[in-house]
Amino acid sequence: MIVAEQKNIDEIRDSLEGFKSAVVAACGTCVTVCMAGGEKEALRLAAVLEIGARERGVQFSADVICITRQCDMEFLAEAEDKLLAAECILSLGCGAGVQFLAEKFPSKVVIPGLNTEFIGVNRGLGYWTEMCQGCGDCLLAKTGGVCPVARCSKSNFNGPCGGSALGKCEINEDTDCAWQLIYDRMKRLDRLEELLEIEGARDWRTSRDGGPRAACREDVR
Amino acid sequence: MPGEKGNLQKILEQGAFSVSAEIGPPMGADASVVIKKAQELKGVVDAANITDNQTAVVRMSSIAASYLSSMNGVEPVVQMTCRDRNRIAIQSDLLGAYALGLKNLLVLSGDHQSFGNHPQSKNVFDVDSIQLLYSLRKMKEEGVFMGGSKCKSPAEFFLGATVNPFADPEELQMIRLRKKINAGAQFVQTQAIYDVAKFAEWMEKVRGLGLHKKAYILAGIVVNKSLKSIEMTQIVPGMLVPCELVERMRAAGPGNYDSEGVGIALDLIEEIRKIEGVSGIHIMAIGWESIVPTLVARAGLLPRPAIE
Ligand code: SF4
Ligand code: SF4
Repeated sequence: MIVAEQKNIDEIRDSLEGFKSAVVAACGTCVTVCMAGGEKEALRLAAVLEIGARERGVQFSADVICITRQCDMEFLAEAEDKLLAAECILSLGCGAGVQFLAEKFPSKVVIPGLNTEFIGVNRGLGYWTEMCQGCGDCLLAKTGGVCPVARCSKSNFNGPCGGSALGKCEINEDTDCAWQLIYDRMKRLDRLEELLEIEGARDWRTSRDGGPRAACREDVR
Repeated sequence: MPGEKGNLQKILEQGAFSVSAEIGPPMGADASVVIKKAQELKGVVDAANITDNQTAVVRMSSIAASYLSSMNGVEPVVQMTCRDRNRIAIQSDLLGAYALGLKNLLVLSGDHQSFGNHPQSKNVFDVDSIQLLYSLRKMKEEGVFMGGSKCKSPAEFFLGATVNPFADPEELQMIRLRKKINAGAQFVQTQAIYDVAKFAEWMEKVRGLGLHKKAYILAGIVVNKSLKSIEMTQIVPGMLVPCELVERMRAAGPGNYDSEGVGIALDLIEEIRKIEGVSGIHIMAIGWESIVPTLVARAGLLPRPAIE
């Protein structure tokens, strides 16, 4: 899923400067699961903004709307009436959701309430880690199901750098060395010899480096 | 002359025990710093590595400082990390370096930028060190760029790589060394060796795989000037410093740390020279470059052999 975190409340307040009201738009998918932009978080944020305004003697009201998926026009259309009436929209969707709202409602200011971070997994209460960078040419079949692009700090394709120690990456003790993980898996699978093969230089055109990407599926168009 | 071999390669090929050191370029544009360090090392070493923004701290470029070094009597080993440049910039810079007459190249991953003075920067890692070695070998042998087009006058570097005999996971690090050599590394400089027994065991594995016959193994030696510096080295991840050596330094007492540091380095050099398959030493006297001539002389490695 896409992992995101709520922005600092002061930054959100700064972006709302000059508005007397906003509709806080929650999103029902990834950001609900990672507890950053679901209905619960939207209600809480709306309350915090209203209380904060009251304390400062400023007039401000926030309404909440839940959109099933902000990255889908069909669901944005369902929310049209309420969003057209909004003075501004504070989106708690990921970056894609924010932008799709702006596209759908060209006359509205749309403000991001989250920082969109990565494609990752939940590893325990309140803890998520990055797993994939969407490189467009998945090589997990060769690396024991551990991604060197996203999980090695240097995106090494041919084994660990000299900074790998006791299973941890040189950048800090909280980060596992991806190549230690790849080694452990490949050894367990008795496929270590495969790592002797030199993985050639990547063609990054499938990644962001080729320019903004689009996926076009003729079979479902 | 293009195609002509450099000092370091000739010395190694004639079977002599090589001695190299390091010149850290300054954090500024003052050429005299490099010139002074080169003059101190002239005639003392066969070549000197010119580091490429080591520990991700911005310094004068390795290629520019390498040129200054070569103009002042010390053959440089240009360093190129994969951290700061994409394949376009790397190839372009290396064509320039070769055009300036620089012959040796050491390819590294590069320390992560979070260690340096620009932790805010974006890193590159377009290619990794093995991919880079492989493509530079292909450029040399087949006259092609990484993108596949022809290169009329390719850079033909004497290619080197690094290895840390004490990094984890051990088995995979050995696979990686094999890959580096397969990719094109002709010489390999090791991380600093303090634990000779462990290093000797590692060399046994290297010999078992015949790697010392495919590439020259140059053992890294660090000279410590103070108790603090050896203690700090001991806690660096991937560094193996036996407690006896730290104790030996401590026992020497303040006022004698520098001479004890040299003594330790000399003992290490003597032990390491006896290990079969080691072709030379690479001295890293970080912040104490001026000690290198004394160290090399006292190790009995002067004068440097003439090139046949
Ligand atoms: S190889 Fe690419 S697609 Fe596969 S997990 Fe890694 S970044 Fe994602
Ligand atoms: S320590 Fe491991 S994860 Fe970190 S940069 Fe090196 S190889 Fe990659």
